[in-house]
Amino acid sequence: MQALFGQLLIGLINGAFYAMLSLGLAVIFGLLNIINFTHGAQYMMGAFCAWFLLNKAVIGGTGIGYWPALIIAPIAVGAFGMLIERTMLARLYKLDHLYGLLLTFGLALVIQGVFRNEFGSSGLPYQIPSALQGGVNLGFMFLPIYRGWVIVASLIVCLTTWYVIERTKLGSYLRAATENPALVQAFGVNVPRMITLTFGFGVGLAALAGVMAAPIYQVNPLMGADLIIVVFAVVVIGGMGSIMGAILTGFGLGVVEGLTKYFYPEASNTVIFVIMVIVLMIKPAGLFGRER
Amino acid sequence: MKAFKRSLLALTIAGAFAAGAAHAQISDNIIKIGVLSDMSSLYTDLAGAGSVVAAHMAVEDSGIEKRGFKIEYVSADHQNKPDVGSAIARQWYDTDKVDVIVDVPNSGVALAVNQITKDKNKVFLASGPASSDLTGKACTPNTVHWTYDTWMLANGTGSAIVKSGGDTWFFITADYAFGHALERDTSAVVTKNGGKVLGAVKVPLNTQDFSSFLLQAQASKAKIVGLANAGGDTTNSIKQAAEFGIVKGGQNLAGLLVFITDVHALGLQNAQGLIITNTFYWDQNDQTREFSKRFAERDKGIHPTMVHAGVYAAVRHYLKAVEALKSDDGAKVVAKMKEMPTDDPLFGKGTIRVDGRKIHPAYLVEVKKPSESKGPWDYYKVRATIPADQAFRPLNEGGCPLVK
Repeated sequence: MQALFGQLLIGLINGAFYAMLSLGLAVIFGLLNIINFTHGAQYMMGAFCAWFLLNKAVIGGTGIGYWPALIIAPIAVGAFGMLIERTMLARLYKLDHLYGLLLTFGLALVIQGVFRNEFGSSGLPYQIPSALQGGVNLGFMFLPIYRGWVIVASLIVCLTTWYVIERTKLGSYLRAATENPALVQAFGVNVPRMITLTFGFGVGLAALAGVMAAPIYQVNPLMGADLIIVVFAVVVIGGMGSIMGAILTGFGLGVVEGLTKYFYPEASNTVIFVIMVIVLMIKPAGLFGRER
Repeated sequence: MKAFKRSLLALTIAGAFAAGAAHAQISDNIIKIGVLSDMSSLYTDLAGAGSVVAAHMAVEDSGIEKRGFKIEYVSADHQNKPDVGSAIARQWYDTDKVDVIVDVPNSGVALAVNQITKDKNKVFLASGPASSDLTGKACTPNTVHWTYDTWMLANGTGSAIVKSGGDTWFFITADYAFGHALERDTSAVVTKNGGKVLGAVKVPLNTQDFSSFLLQAQASKAKIVGLANAGGDTTNSIKQAAEFGIVKGGQNLAGLLVFITDVHALGLQNAQGLIITNTFYWDQNDQTREFSKRFAERDKGIHPTMVHAGVYAAVRHYLKAVEALKSDDGAKVVAKMKEMPTDDPLFGKGTIRVDGRKIHPAYLVEVKKPSESKGPWDYYKVRATIPADQAFRPLNEGGCPLVK
């Protein structure tokens, strides 16, 4: 029983990463109708950005540490995302979704290939910031403080995003621009700029998850390659475009996966896809999605 | 009619001569080396492009091309998938005229290539894979298993740790041929030395998060958490074990297969104190240092792993046998390789057994503390040398059908 509590908590931690990544995807898909396959590569770039700041941007003997990286990396990678959106994706809006998917998928392969060529596949070390080292004994498990921080930070980020999009005026502009861009433009809102910024925000979320992952996993060019497939499954299960759906399924599936790792570890990397198949058969729009 | 008969006879004789001549020759006059490796995933740094570099260096250093032999190379990515690796091996042998496949760092792929190589009567120089089955029940007259194997790792690291008091074990095992073989061989060593295996968990290859498995290892209360995995899986599990306070809680880690590239990726802060069994360390003597310096210049500064060294040494010995035999017939070349004693700058003098096992000493090394290291790649201190005759599984215990 004690072991089970531990596995549930571990599942929540992994779910926090799924939630943050699928949130970014859901924002980009729900508001812009772009299937962003570079999301995994942008998560990886976030982690690399943190590594660069620490090891290459050395000022007065010490590099730029974890805390500033949490802000700088999402902005830098988000700007890169906006550049891609302006120069490439914007040309594809009038075409089928599939073209955007192919473009972003190709870009992801190119970005990962460049990083792998430059840094190899073993990854680079990144230490846990000193303030979050160590752990607490919860009785049923040893919880590293850093993992606790990941859950809290991810919850804050997810709920804030949900609130901004679903409950504020800015969010209502965004949602309106998705429904009827021409009308919103007629009211004097600069829709293309809003789309670019929203895309940049979604990419920034991926980079933020990357920075938070850096101290736990190796900073590795391929860290996003497998994750992106899982995260897409999460988005599909939650319902394409549903913000709250992405958050809840992210955490929920993390827990399911954690339990699988305990009861039948061999299946832990397939369980999410099994669930995806079942959900698609019963509720094709996803658990929280609306039929369009 | 007479003239026709005579020319027929002449043709037959000429044909017989031609066939005879071709038999003692290199097919199409070219020795073609295929480097089949992981070029894109978790084993890339420990083998990958570096293995291609090592094969080129072996050919250059042997000087065989100056003596009139033509060498060609191909390389490919098996993606750690046995079906992909098999398809490449078949195409290489059937249509691309490849004579020898080297490396193959993934036991699952290697076991498939092992069988295809035998069917096509070519040569497989297994410098990358670990499974001791390659010289056990799956042994063939066409394969030489060069660098290391799971029995050797288990025997080196496993027995050293059990003897120093680590007598209860929990395994975190990569869920494919290699992990299974390593867990099996290490469990045997642990029980033989009076230890006990408390449990094991099989983890899918290329997993990012090991925390669930580490928690299970913690709950088992075993003194030793044995990592029967490799490459990126090992680095992630060691890093996260530190996070979850495995070592602080009184348990110890045993990295059963850790390469120097893994230590480099982890950093000494995370890797210090690990005990590892190896058959090659770049900083052993002048010859290995000289080789490693040249190698690093050609492989983005990466210092050679034992797999890279294995590619180099195996290719050199293969070329010697081909040159002596003046033939590239698979089984005959391997028979010649087994007959000739081996001698190369990286592993020194050695032999190849009838089951295809290359025999050389193994080294039990400890990863240095950050304060002891002079800089990048200065990572190991040698604790003990396991002599060649004890480092590998005794010939009669493997169950290889070639051993009579």
